[in-house]
Amino acid sequence: MKHALKPSQYTILAVIMLSASIGDSFLKRGMEQVGAVNLSHLGLLWHALFNPYVDVGIVLLIGFFATYTTALSWADLTFVMPATAFGYVVIALMGRFWLHEQLSLSRWIGISLIVCAVAFVAGGPSRTEHPELDQMDAGVGR
Amino acid sequence: MMTPAEMHVWSVILFVAVLAVAGEVMIASGMRQLGDLDDIRANRGLGGAIGAVLANGRFVLGALCMALNFFSMLFALSIANLSLAGPAIAALTYVGNAVAAKFFLHERVDRRRWLATMCMVVGVVLVAR
Repeated sequence: MKHALKPSQYTILAVIMLSASIGDSFLKRGMEQVGAVNLSHLGLLWHALFNPYVDVGIVLLIGFFATYTTALSWADLTFVMPATAFGYVVIALMGRFWLHEQLSLSRWIGISLIVCAVAFVAGGPSRTEHPELDQMDAGVGR
Repeated sequence: MMTPAEMHVWSVILFVAVLAVAGEVMIASGMRQLGDLDDIRANRGLGGAIGAVLANGRFVLGALCMALNFFSMLFALSIANLSLAGPAIAALTYVGNAVAAKFFLHERVDRRRWLATMCMVVGVVLVAR
C-alpha cells in the first residue's frame, strides 16, 4: 500500500481542486460578455475564441484534464474524486469572499461535508495495489 | 408519478452521468495500464509522456466519452434548470464512479471511501442548490 504522496503529487491534486472551478468561472464571465449562443447564432462561438476570459478558461480546463489524467496514473479514481468535488467549495468560497455573497447555512453544511470527504480519503491509501494485474497490464501497455 | 416532461429531463440527466462514469473509468483504466506518468516523463520527456497517453486506446475512448458528455451536458442544461441538472449529474456521477471503480477497476472501495462518496453527494447537492 502506498500511503505517502510526493510533494509534486500534492501540487497536482491542488491544481485539480482549483483549475476546473476557476476555469468554469472564467468561461462563464467570458460567455456573459459574448452573449447567448444558439443554433441561429453559432458564429458567436468563433467570436468567443477571441474573448480573453474564454481563452483563460479554456487553458485552465485543459490544465485540469492534464492534471486529472496524471493523477489517475498514480492514484485510484475513488481517491482523486473528492478533489474534483472540492471545486464546488472553491466556487462557493470565491462567491463569499470575492463577490461578498451571503452563504446560507445549508451551503456551509455542504462545504463542510465536501471537506470531510477529502479528509476521509486522504487518511487512507492513494492506490489499490494489484501486483499480478499490474504486471499483466505493464506487459500490454509498454 | 413523474410527468413525461420530468421523465425526459431525468433520462437526459442519467444519460449524461452514465457517459461521465464511462469516460472517467476508461481514462482511469488506461492510466493504470500505462503506469506512473511522472516516471514516463522522466524517461521519455513531456512529449513522450503525452504520446504514450494519446496512444492508449482506453484513454482515447474515455476522452471521447468525456467530449460527448460535455455536449450532452450542454443539451441537458438547455432543457433543465442548472440548479437541478448540475448537482443531480454530479451526484449520480460520484455514486456511479464509486460502484464502477469497485467492479471494473477492482479498487478497494472501503468504508472510508463510501463515506466520502456519500458526503460528496449530499455536500454537492447542498452547495450547488
